[in-house]
Amino acid sequence: MSDVTPWSEVLELVRPATVETLYMVLMSTLVGVVGGLPLGVWLHMTSPVGLTPKPLLHRVLGAIVDVTRSIPFVVLLVVVGSLTRLLMGQAFGSSAAIVPLAIAAVPFFARLTSNALREVDSAIVEAAVTTGAGKFRIVWTVLLSEARAALVGAVGVTMLALIGYAAMAGAIAGGGLGATAILDGYNAYDDRVLYVSVVLLGVLAWGMQLVTDWVTKLVDRRRAATNV
Amino acid sequence: MITVENLTKTFTQSNTPVAALDDVSLQVPDGSVCGVVGTSGAGKSTLARCIALLEKPDSGAIRVDGTDLVSLEGSKLRAARRQIGVVPQGDSLLRQRTAAGNVALPLESAKVPAAQRRSRVAELLDLVGLADKSSVYPDHLSGGQRQRVAVARALAAKPSVLLADEPTSALDPGTTDSVLTVLERARSELGVTVLVVTHDMAVVRRIADDVAVLEEGRVVEHGKVLDLVSEPGSRIGSTLLPETDQASTLQLDSGGHDVVAEVVLVGFAAVGALLPEASSRFGVELSILGGGLTRLGDTPVAKFRVGLSGERSESALKWMIERDAHVRRAPVSVDGVAA
Repeated sequence: MSDVTPWSEVLELVRPATVETLYMVLMSTLVGVVGGLPLGVWLHMTSPVGLTPKPLLHRVLGAIVDVTRSIPFVVLLVVVGSLTRLLMGQAFGSSAAIVPLAIAAVPFFARLTSNALREVDSAIVEAAVTTGAGKFRIVWTVLLSEARAALVGAVGVTMLALIGYAAMAGAIAGGGLGATAILDGYNAYDDRVLYVSVVLLGVLAWGMQLVTDWVTKLVDRRRAATNV
Repeated sequence: MITVENLTKTFTQSNTPVAALDDVSLQVPDGSVCGVVGTSGAGKSTLARCIALLEKPDSGAIRVDGTDLVSLEGSKLRAARRQIGVVPQGDSLLRQRTAAGNVALPLESAKVPAAQRRSRVAELLDLVGLADKSSVYPDHLSGGQRQRVAVARALAAKPSVLLADEPTSALDPGTTDSVLTVLERARSELGVTVLVVTHDMAVVRRIADDVAVLEEGRVVEHGKVLDLVSEPGSRIGSTLLPETDQASTLQLDSGGHDVVAEVVLVGFAAVGALLPEASSRFGVELSILGGGLTRLGDTPVAKFRVGLSGERSESALKWMIERDAHVRRAPVSVDGVAA
């Protein structure tokens, strides 16, 4: 027990775990963006400052988004267990973990999206309205296009949050660096595996942030972005 | 031609209704420039928003070439919006699109094919003098250049009316000039009817044919700029004319002129020659006590406070009036020298 695992074995353990974590995070981010973006747009459009204010609908949508967001992820993990089994045929493994991760990611990204769209200057939106642009065009060429930097940033924030969630999901449902850190590291009294897993999680998070920042700069045509 | 008929709009502010527009009617003939002026809170921006079809008035009509646009909805409303090009107040360009991309926006809404779009955008950027900036993003343009791009965008879908809402409020005088030049060009080269909402009299002096004054939601004066300046009772007229500097005049009065009068002269001939000619023809001594010269569009206009001394002072004044000078006797001054 007290024997330290040799480096080669540590590597054998963490390599597939890293891939699993990446897989869980990227897949659930994808679902989060695909589901959260339209929901966020809808949330913004129906808001009092949106193009088509619908106070009641907005409040209902807002409540759904925020209540889902406020459920602790550990609880969500357990609660959606049967749904996971239904969708994935199993409740364990990294593929199964994507279900609760995605359910957490959708409202999270929706809220970030609606916040990002709110930051688009209303003068710009109105100017587009006066050009005779329809709703769809305004959402696409004005709101989403103008908020692109904030939206890319929101994808980054979502991914970072999901790295944390994925570690939690892994610990319970199995798979990923979180599972390795706890099962093969902490529970096995193997500090080397534990710390390597933790450092790798940190490196993953840092790397994703770097990529996010780089993409943000790439898509943003405002002065602040080009001068940095 | 754009006609605003009996426009009324009331907002409720802390449970009390406030009339932002109270039976506003305006008429801007084809190819002319009308300035709508007024202090802040007079209803200018509500009027601009109604005409831009962003706000629905409670009652009244907005007609472009006869068709009322107020009650339109859906795709008809969007098509109507393209008939009225709007230069909104403040920065309104998409910051993630180039100058050309911004100008193209109305053409995309109008579903103009890409090739036509490109040539139209180039034409318009050329009109506003920014042909070399087509691929530049708004953040790298100056305030005046951004505003000119906004004018080009407003003109893209070939509207018959151009509405500019405080187009120069954020600009310094030099830049203001470049934007006004562009508005003037739009009128002269494209024949659009221009409606400029502004608090800046320099804008009215420079480009307006007509002017309407809003006060507490009502049009209190409306007419041709050149008519209003020669109308003694017109407040906007006197605002547009140079100051005659009352205070110093009163002191000079005691120097003893037989007659003191304010003379408004309109047109090149009048401004250039009327006063000296009157002086020599009637042998009166004529001194200018105050006032000055300005331009309304291309027309030189002057307002002087003059003192006349000599037996035939009255005849000289009469002669000037016969030659279309607008003469107003100065009020009795401190020592009662002036009539």
